[in-house]
Amino acid sequence: MDPIILARLQFAITTIYHFFFVPLTLGLSIIVALMETFYVRTGREVFKTMTKFWGKLFVINFAMGVVTGIVQEFQFGMNWADYSRFVGDIFGAPLAIEALMAFFLESVFLGVWIFGWKRLSKGMHAVAIWLVAIGSNISALWILIANAFMQQPVGYTIENGRAVMTDFVALILNPKVWVMFPHTISSGLVTAAFFVMGISAYHLLRKQNVEVFNRSFQIAAIIGAIAVILVALNGHSQTQHLVETQPMKLASAEALWETADPASLSILTIGDLSQTREIFSIRIPNLLSFLSYNQIYGEVEGIYDLQADYEQLYGPGNYIPPVAIVYWSFRVMIGVGVLLLGLGLYGLFLVMGDSVETSSTILKLFILALFLPYLANSAGWMMTEIGRVPWIVFGLMKIEDGISPTVPGSLVLTSLILFTLVYAALMVADIYLLMKYAKAGPPAAHDDGQDPALESEISFVGVQD
Amino acid sequence: MDLNTVWFILIAILYIGFFILEGFDFGVGMLLPFLGRGENAQETDLNRRVIINTIGPFWDGNEVWLLTAGGATFAAFPLWYATMFSGFYLAFLFLLVALIMRGIAIEFRSKDENPKWRKLWDWSIFAGSLISALLLGVAFANLARGVPIDANMNYVGGFWYLLNPYALLGGITTVAIFALHGAIFLSMKTTGDIRKRAEKAAWRLWIPAVIAVVMLLVATYISTDFLTQLGVNPGIIPITGIVAAFLCGYFVRRNRFGWAFGMTTITIAFSLTTLFLMLYPAVMISTIDPAYSLTIYNASSSPYTLRIMTIVALIFIPLILLYQGWTYWIFRKRIKAEPQSLTY
Repeated sequence: MDPIILARLQFAITTIYHFFFVPLTLGLSIIVALMETFYVRTGREVFKTMTKFWGKLFVINFAMGVVTGIVQEFQFGMNWADYSRFVGDIFGAPLAIEALMAFFLESVFLGVWIFGWKRLSKGMHAVAIWLVAIGSNISALWILIANAFMQQPVGYTIENGRAVMTDFVALILNPKVWVMFPHTISSGLVTAAFFVMGISAYHLLRKQNVEVFNRSFQIAAIIGAIAVILVALNGHSQTQHLVETQPMKLASAEALWETADPASLSILTIGDLSQTREIFSIRIPNLLSFLSYNQIYGEVEGIYDLQADYEQLYGPGNYIPPVAIVYWSFRVMIGVGVLLLGLGLYGLFLVMGDSVETSSTILKLFILALFLPYLANSAGWMMTEIGRVPWIVFGLMKIEDGISPTVPGSLVLTSLILFTLVYAALMVADIYLLMKYAKAGPPAAHDDGQDPALESEISFVGVQD
Repeated sequence: MDLNTVWFILIAILYIGFFILEGFDFGVGMLLPFLGRGENAQETDLNRRVIINTIGPFWDGNEVWLLTAGGATFAAFPLWYATMFSGFYLAFLFLLVALIMRGIAIEFRSKDENPKWRKLWDWSIFAGSLISALLLGVAFANLARGVPIDANMNYVGGFWYLLNPYALLGGITTVAIFALHGAIFLSMKTTGDIRKRAEKAAWRLWIPAVIAVVMLLVATYISTDFLTQLGVNPGIIPITGIVAAFLCGYFVRRNRFGWAFGMTTITIAFSLTTLFLMLYPAVMISTIDPAYSLTIYNASSSPYTLRIMTIVALIFIPLILLYQGWTYWIFRKRIKAEPQSLTY
């Protein structure tokens, strides 16, 4: 089999899988850190119970993110050796810095946090989870710096057929980074907020641990509402940035074959995406122009024109990404995003009062909404990465030139199958554990006459003896 | 000293740090089913929890040393990274799967009481630790021995080439020394029955470990080019490593486990130091033509990138050593087999 297809498939599977866990880690670390900070500041037990309950779910999720992350770091060398050789001078640095600045911080202090409830002072213990949160989010920054170079190469020159770094500051200040990073961080918070609201809604529906889950819902609703607005705003600036830097990605996301001024935005198109023929389409006039330039008129270049431009610039070849996938992943992301925006604001409205007393239908809605951010996160990355096709580094290297020249398809297939099987099995175990602990709720630590500190330590991250 | 050499040394230190630190937690993982036993199922389970808790706060931080070594190789010597990771493909694939299963097992094991669930993850911890140690040993022994690399810096040997007797000896030695390292660590970190069993295991494991280390040294003289093409003469370093391995037995016999741990640490550190000294300035030796070998000069990043990375490393490595060292201090106490005091 073709090693290129297999290597791409493996990258897609392992990356999307890895990114199931990452956003929750990014956001939930902050939420748990806030809860523990409230506990330290107020001394109220409810915040400690919350910290421990959400912390346990955080730890289960974190472990999955860590182990699947190792694969990410190694597979560039394994499957994409020529890519690694080409960009190593630039791409390796952020990965190494990520390890030095972030991985050590989060891993070491998560260990301290899990095992340190009795060994550290309250304040120091809260500092540990903050360091985990900071480490995780810094790690996102460096990986996005690396990815941004693939989308929009800056600060480099080509020497002897290799990209060589000339300006480290430019690499960090790559404008692409600063539209992607806020979007990623706020998506992480949205994911975590809906995770907390969904599970809290489950318990509120059953009137279990009402105090704990009322508070949790409140905190999450406030964070969720702010974050979802930020996601939308910086998603918008990201689109505008695409107009300048990767117009082909934007045109594909819109299936805009012919250049248009003003350009309309299609909500839905049924028809043959590979041609201009549309059977049915709902369009909002002028909206794409508006999204691109903040004004209702403005030319948005179409795929055909861009293809012609690129052939002039880079030589003959097909520069059109798989339009249908990019188009639909864009729509899934935006569609789900709009839903989340509505729900997020509604959630905020619910908690403006003293408690989340609401109908069971609404609560059930929030349970279902738990899954929505995952859909949007994956779709967003699919659009970002598939929209870059045929480039592995935009304008500099094509995907087929990046793979390992001496690794045969059979080996890649072996690894693809192995990872898929292992990942599928782990997903089952992970979901089983998350559901078990989410449904169980916080241990009834303080009603059963045991020493609360003792009991909660035993039960933390594990069996309740 | 040029920055290429600085980075060669830094990467050597990262791998050595990884072998020393994750070495004992791999060892503890391998010993889990043998030392984690009791009169009944409940006691067995409790003892296993104690054993896992000795490495609980540390293992993830230890593993980051490998991630950092990998990342640093990518950043400083991208051509070495590309050739090694694509060349040792299956070895790294199995290493990844082993590390995944082991890491998840440590975190998931105690989160369900079903005995089958726990048995499955215990087995994962054992197999994951063993396979990781074996493969790392095989990979590093192949670095010492040299591998077929063509003019385009591509490894052309295939998988079976890596499983030569010398490399397998390297793998077995790594397993043996890690098991010993882990047994000594457990002797320092536990109490009661587990401690007694760990101390006994340390003594039993010392014999094969010492034999393996000596054999590996002899085999290195026979099956590698190091005698004729020395990078830097390691002088008495390899012999000191062997002496430490012998002394380790003395300290184990005398129940001086702190000292014994120091000795296995020296053996591991000095063996790898020998390897890196002999390689220098090569990072991967080509058996096809020495001219095809990857060195710290033809495989490196640009001077600019190396300079940036040096600044970053100088800031963060001391910080990391400080806070990671601090965690070992925080969790320095022995772990007792008392359900009330255990963190799960």
